[in-house]
Amino acid sequence: MSSDLNDPTGVNHYVAPAATTTLVVDAVRVDEKPSNLWSDAWRDLRRRPVFWVSLLVVAIVLLMAIWPTLFTQVAPNNGCELSNSNGGPSDGHPLGFTFLGCDVWSRMVWGARTSLTVGLLATIIGTVIGLIMGAFAGFYGGWLDSLLSRIGDIFFSIPYILAAIVVMSVFSTNRNVFTLAFAIGGFAWASTARVVRAEVLRVRQADFVTASRALGKSRFGTLISHVIPNAIAPLLVITTISLAAAIVAEATLAFLGVGLGSDVMSWGNDIAQAQQSLRVAPMALIYPSIILTVTVLAFILLGELIRDALDPRARARR
Amino acid sequence: MFGYILRRLLQVIPVFFGATLLIYFMVFALPGDPIIALFGDKTPNPAVVEQLRAQYHLDQPFIVQYFYYITGIFQGNLGSTFSGQSVNDVLARTLPVTARLAVMAIAIEFTLAIIIGTVSALRKGKLFDNTMLIIALIFVALPIFVLSFLAQYFLAIQWGWFKPTVGAQNDWGDLWLPAIVLGLSLYATSMRLMRSSVIDTLNQDWVRTAYSKGLTRSRVVPVHVLRNSLIPVITNSATNFGVLLVGATVTEGIFNVPGVGNTLFHAVQKHEGPTVVSFVTVFVIIYVLVNLVVDLLYGLLDPRIRYVK
Repeated sequence: MSSDLNDPTGVNHYVAPAATTTLVVDAVRVDEKPSNLWSDAWRDLRRRPVFWVSLLVVAIVLLMAIWPTLFTQVAPNNGCELSNSNGGPSDGHPLGFTFLGCDVWSRMVWGARTSLTVGLLATIIGTVIGLIMGAFAGFYGGWLDSLLSRIGDIFFSIPYILAAIVVMSVFSTNRNVFTLAFAIGGFAWASTARVVRAEVLRVRQADFVTASRALGKSRFGTLISHVIPNAIAPLLVITTISLAAAIVAEATLAFLGVGLGSDVMSWGNDIAQAQQSLRVAPMALIYPSIILTVTVLAFILLGELIRDALDPRARARR
Repeated sequence: MFGYILRRLLQVIPVFFGATLLIYFMVFALPGDPIIALFGDKTPNPAVVEQLRAQYHLDQPFIVQYFYYITGIFQGNLGSTFSGQSVNDVLARTLPVTARLAVMAIAIEFTLAIIIGTVSALRKGKLFDNTMLIIALIFVALPIFVLSFLAQYFLAIQWGWFKPTVGAQNDWGDLWLPAIVLGLSLYATSMRLMRSSVIDTLNQDWVRTAYSKGLTRSRVVPVHVLRNSLIPVITNSATNFGVLLVGATVTEGIFNVPGVGNTLFHAVQKHEGPTVVSFVTVFVIIYVLVNLVVDLLYGLLDPRIRYVK
């Protein structure tokens, strides 16, 4: 099997290491600022190049969404001329043209706004619902926990893209950014609620919660000012990853034809429209696919790096 | 064991009724005329509208409508599609195709995930491990429809290894391309889970004991490590079944595989609301049942699960 275990007799034996390493226990540094979860995480994160690359990607895409004219001089739909259909790159049009003769790069830049707006809104909706459901279920326990957890189970049993397909089919006459975000976020909160509930259950046992109650703070007040702030770390991770999932969901729904109308510029619509001429002009499909995948990858990497940074055991394992 | 089965069966009842009620509620209780809304920008034939109104009992209170609908489901009557075919007939024709695709995709996913995940864990931090982790991350981020188009363009159109679309001919051999795409889209999460699970198992006392007994690596890894590392991967594949169903809808649509997903895909594209609702309900019922079966099997295999409340 592996070379390090081979010995001349041809039999692999496990050889115990000759010297065992002694654990070095850090001395407590009294003169420095006390370390906490967030500053430790930040110290870990800022040393990792992947973190900065992902952050850069997110920053560029955000800038595209806020200020598209910084990246392209071509107005989104004005330059479409059928004579340019599936044309190759030319001066001022670095990535060529779509089937309908629109500038590929310009549509990618302008599409960032739709994808990010829907992604952010859907994530906010999902996170808020998940936070409320999970925190109440975990903190109050009892019948409220049973009730909220069963409701969560119901939403968990419907894959959220399928639910979004139904909602968008019903809202076929008024599809806009808000109905789309509601269709995605309104059904994607169940896993967030489960994570928050587990974390709140853990924090609820802490001494500072008992202390807060003993000092006369109400249960609701304790939940808001002490329990939730201490349970927020895994929420940050799951929110970042949900954002990636929501961007994928928006693109998938656009591809299926139940996203925003085909006149709205989004990466999903670009890919869906380019499929008709996949054989002759594959690049019109591949470029928006790359920007979509890279953005999603950046959000996933950010979420996973933050998760590792917040978990001392994961830091030690590296 | 009996208590566990009973508890799990009781749990599925509120989920089943809740999920069907929720879908039904979204379609028929939201403001506006549901039948007109389902047709979108098309003008429906008045006769069809009347027939649908009667079929869904829209003149009655909401809960009575739901009652008719749910008794229909229990009697095995899932309604009819937009073009008037019975959903049962369509399912009888399409479900075997989707089942075949799903079995192939899951087989590809598990084979790759178990082998590559284990080898990566054994070579943690080496070149192979890092390369495989990067590849897995790319598959995590690639939406399934993008992966389908890329596979269709490169593997089928450019290099001619497969036929670009499947069509009516759909034996096991014809489904390779969609099955590979679907399998790869599921592969990444399973492989990463398998890798971390194997790394955790390698640090367990029983593995150290096995090595100290003088067992070789080729015995310890498959018998002592692999078997104990599979549990998280299997649990995940049950919850991941939803991803599989959505993935099947997309791949069957793109590669024109005549399965259930393809029917849903075309119903969505043609804005045939009632058909969409019927088939989404079918998918949700399948999803709930698959999770129930996996949980029951799982309780059978792992006694720890049975006793945790």
